[in-house]
Order: sequence, then C-alpha cells, then structure tokens
Amino acid sequence: MEVTRIENVTRVYKIGKVETQALRGVSLSIESGEFTALVGPSGSGKTTLLQLIGCLDLPSGGHVYINSKDVSSLNRNQRADMRRGTIGFIFQFFALIPTLTAYENVEMPLLLNGHSASERRTRVLELLKSVDLADRANNRPDQLSGGQQQRVAIARALAPKPTLILADEPTANLDTTNGAQVMEIMTRLNQETGVTFVFATHDPRVIKYARRVVTLRDGLIVENNNGTKADPGA
Amino acid sequence: MIQLFKMAFRDLGRNRRRSFFSALAVGMGLAMLLLLASFIKGEYGAAIESSIRLQSGHLQVRAKSYDESKTSLKWEDLIENPDQVAAQIASLNPVQVATPRLFASGFVSTGNESAGVRIFGIDPLSEANAPYREGLVSGDFLTPDDREGVLIGRRLADNLGLSVGDQINLSVNTSNGDVDEQPFTVRGIYSTQTGGFDGITVFLPLAKAQAITQAENRASTIFVLLKDSAQTDAVVSALQGPNYQVLTWAKMNELIVQTEDLASGYMSIFYLIVLGITATVIINTLIMSVFERTREIGVLSALGMKGRRIMAMFLAESSLLAVGGIILGLILGGLVVAYFTKYGFFIGNFGVTGILIGDTIYTRLTLKDTVTLTIMAFVVTLLAGLYPAMMASRMEPVEALRAEK
Repeated sequence: MEVTRIENVTRVYKIGKVETQALRGVSLSIESGEFTALVGPSGSGKTTLLQLIGCLDLPSGGHVYINSKDVSSLNRNQRADMRRGTIGFIFQFFALIPTLTAYENVEMPLLLNGHSASERRTRVLELLKSVDLADRANNRPDQLSGGQQQRVAIARALAPKPTLILADEPTANLDTTNGAQVMEIMTRLNQETGVTFVFATHDPRVIKYARRVVTLRDGLIVENNNGTKADPGA
Repeated sequence: MIQLFKMAFRDLGRNRRRSFFSALAVGMGLAMLLLLASFIKGEYGAAIESSIRLQSGHLQVRAKSYDESKTSLKWEDLIENPDQVAAQIASLNPVQVATPRLFASGFVSTGNESAGVRIFGIDPLSEANAPYREGLVSGDFLTPDDREGVLIGRRLADNLGLSVGDQINLSVNTSNGDVDEQPFTVRGIYSTQTGGFDGITVFLPLAKAQAITQAENRASTIFVLLKDSAQTDAVVSALQGPNYQVLTWAKMNELIVQTEDLASGYMSIFYLIVLGITATVIINTLIMSVFERTREIGVLSALGMKGRRIMAMFLAESSLLAVGGIILGLILGGLVVAYFTKYGFFIGNFGVTGILIGDTIYTRLTLKDTVTLTIMAFVVTLLAGLYPAMMASRMEPVEALRAEK
C-alpha cells in the first residue's frame, strides 16, 4: 500500500528578491513498510522534501499525497491534524522538550491525541523499553547522552502509532557507536512494527542500513532505488 | 489543562531570576495601586468624616431663607426657639444628637494683631461638641453660663501668640447689621488636628453668642448627628416642612465628594501608567522566552500541536506570572498599607480651602478596591501575554525548526 506519493513537486524559496529552487519537479512513491534513505549533498533538497512529505511545508507546485489524501493545499490546522496521528519526526538535533522528562516527552504526542492516562502510561513504558531506556524515564534531556536523547526522540515519534516516520539526518550529531545503535533500533522497529521510515542522510555508514536509496542533486531525483535513473519530469 | 500549567510552570523555572523579577514587577505595580487607592480613600474618607464631626454633621436643619455664604443673622433667616426644635428632632429614633448652633463672622484682635474668624455659638453641654472638648490642649472647656470666655483653636493661638487666660477683643456682626466689640478671655485652646478648622473657628456659649449678635432666642442651624449615616435619607423625609430646609452631609460636603471624584479620575490615569509599565515588563519577558524557544515551538508544532494550544501554553505562563505577581503584590502592598493605616502618612497643613484634611492621612484599603485592582492587575498581565503568545502560535513550523536553538 502506498503511504505517500509525490507528484512533480517544486518548492521555491524567496528571500528578498532572490528565488531559490529547492525542488525542481520531484516525483516519488513510498510504500508501506519501506526503510528508505534520501541521500545527496547539502542543498540537494533532502530536508525540503522531508518537510513537504511531513506536512510541515507546502509545495510551490505539484501534489503531495499522504495515505491517498492530497495534503498540498491544507491549511495550518489541517496540516497539524494530519501530522499528529500519521507522521512521526526525528530531527538531527535531538529536539526533546528540555523541561519534560524522557517519559513526558514520549507522552506528549499521546496527550495531543487525547489518549487516556492509562493508555499513555502503558504505551510510553512499552516504547521506552523498546529503545532500552526504561530506567531513564524520569531523567530530563540534559541528564541523557546524545544517543539516549535520540532514542527518546525515536520513541516519541513512534508513540501515536504513525504510518510514517521521517528522520532528518538522525545520526549527524552522534558518534559512530551511538549512530549505529540508533540505526539498529530504527531498523528493528521498522521490522517489528512495519512502520515506514524515510530518512535523509549523507553518511555512507547510515546509507548501508537503507533498503532503498533515493539520491537527490540540485533539487532533482537523480537516482532511485538500485541504480535506476529517475525521470525528473515524471 | 493541568499538563499545560505544569509545562508553563517548568518553563518559568528555566530562568528563575527573570521570572521572579517579572512577577515582582506585577507585584510592585499592584502594591503601588493598593497604596494609592487606600491613600485616596483614607484622605477623602477622613476629610468627610472630620467635616461631619467638626462642622457639617449628618444633617442640618435651617430656616428656609438662610444663606450660608452670607452667615446671615437676620431674624427671619434664623430658627426660633431652637432648643425646642432640637429636642423634637432628637426624639427621632435614628438621631444620636441634635443641638442648636449660631454662626457669625467677626475678627479677633489682640494688642497689635488681628485675624478674621467665624464664631460658633454652641451648647457646651451637648455631646455633639465632643470633638472640641476632647481636643482641648490647654485650659478649660466652656460652660453654658460663661459670659466672658472663648475657646480658640491652637493654630489661631499660635498665629496670634495667645495662651489660656489672655485677653482678646472680639468684633462680631449683629442681627441688625452693626458690629459689636467686646473683650473676652481665652478659656481654653483646642486642636482638631485640622489646621483649616482650628485656624478660624472660635467657640462661644450659645447664650453669649445670641446676646452679642442680638439674635436673641434664635440659632442658625440645628446640628444633627445620626446613629448611622445610612439613615440620612429617612430622617430627611421625616424632617421636611414648609419653614425649614434640611441639608445632608453629602450636599454640605459636595466639594469633598467632587474633589474625590476628580482625584479618582486622575488616579485612574496613574493606574494605567503603572499597569502599562508592568505590562511592558511581561511582554518583554515572554517575547524573549518565545525567541529562546523558537525551535521547541517548531518541534511541538511538528508533533501536531495546534497554534491555539501553543498560544494557550504561553498564556498559561503569563497567568502564572500574574498569580505569582499578585501574591507578591498583596503581601507587599498589604504590609505597606498596614503600616500607613497604623502610623499614618504625615502631610502637615496641606489642605485645600474648604476641605478639612487632617495633618496625617491614614490609608484605608477597602475589600472592593483590593478585589478590583487585583483583577485589573491579573487581566492586564494576561493581556500582556497575548501578543507574545500569538507570535508563538503563528510561527511557521519550518521556520521555527530552522532556528538556532
């Protein structure tokens, strides 16, 4: 089943009078359960593409579908609703709320989705266990290492049982060991839960975990999957 | 909701010193408002009370044609058989005391100095004169049959260099338009702590005042004190008649009431300034907080938190600041007001002509003022949070996530 489909999407940023074309017409389809890497040098459009799939931003042209629903013209609140139950995010910076404990950070999306206290408790503890942090539930982010923080972020992204998790350079701020651990946890959760992962990276050690690799350059997909050249206009 | 406040509380805890000083700004603002309001209430409340006690009473019954501004002593402007009229009024249940008084104008002269005065002919035995009797600083109070004694205020005594036992000449207007002059002895000196009254009021026994002014068995007014000022209107309607005019304390102290209104008007401008400054501090704090947490706002937004809820989060912070500030303000303001309620605020002889203001103002804080000002401080603080909260709620998630921190 198709989780997301991108059709001929462009994204132009205007800074003053200067226009920058971040995406020049990208088409892509991602199936349920994929573990896909978006790769390419900085400025190739990886982050922009993730933000469009994640309903954080709107395309300048073309269409973005999430679970067959066109999200290209949703307003702010509709996009927030779409993100809340459907999409989980993992950021390069660990992006935990510093005033909340690990437990409360994971609980946040469940609170936003209106789950009951007992549902939240069961789910949060189960998730913290699955990222090997059950014993750090009451620690605040500043009491956790970078790797541990990123694992909390993974648990948080999984909390509302999303269909799609988007990760933007999830290991960029981690050392090799922690980076590998994070990738292994993501791989395992992808296999265990079947949730789709799409992550942007330019780290070859991370790319090797991907089952599918989509390469971008200058706002276009230049390589899709196992070496087949993509047709930018398709 | 609880989660929202829990988060807001912790967010304020990130920069404890800044949050404390912001709340303190609200607190100091509120404390200042409480002090000002209690000062105004104290000043004018005391002015009305001393006016009622010292010169207007709750009610005065006068002849229909009596004109206060002229201090008329014409027989037709006076009340005949005043003792009898006073006794009738005193028989009404709400009336505490009713006593005749005769007013005249004149001047006191000693060897080389003189001063214009107003003469109060009073019944020395009436309990209505308690404030003067209790204010006696030297000498004796008058007796009804004293034919040569006068009672003068301390300020007048100081101005003319008089002490008990000294001789003065008193010149008084009379009923037929002449001026009569007679020597008197200073029997006693009183002080009501109200310079405006003590400097110009000279007391004579009623009988002597009637004699010197040739008013005979007449008085300018029947001075009435009630057991409860709330009964004023009821007594007024009971006293209405064709020959008399009945004046209420509110009417007689119109100037004070109007001045109080004016002062309150000025004060509301001052309140706005104080609250404006407080609001600026809060806006500043919260805007800084929004900027510092831009990326967090982006993350929360990415998790699906809607603008409305982000706004609510910041409003929860400003309401916590408001509550903290109000607690500080009530403690701080309460202590300062309590001090000035007990020890007063010495202003010296800072009176406005026509208004009896004591030399010390004792603050009076009413429950109504406290509640109104507290609500005002809360609402202003909350409103101050509105702009930063809206700013946070309108951030584009993409922009917010791109922020440095």
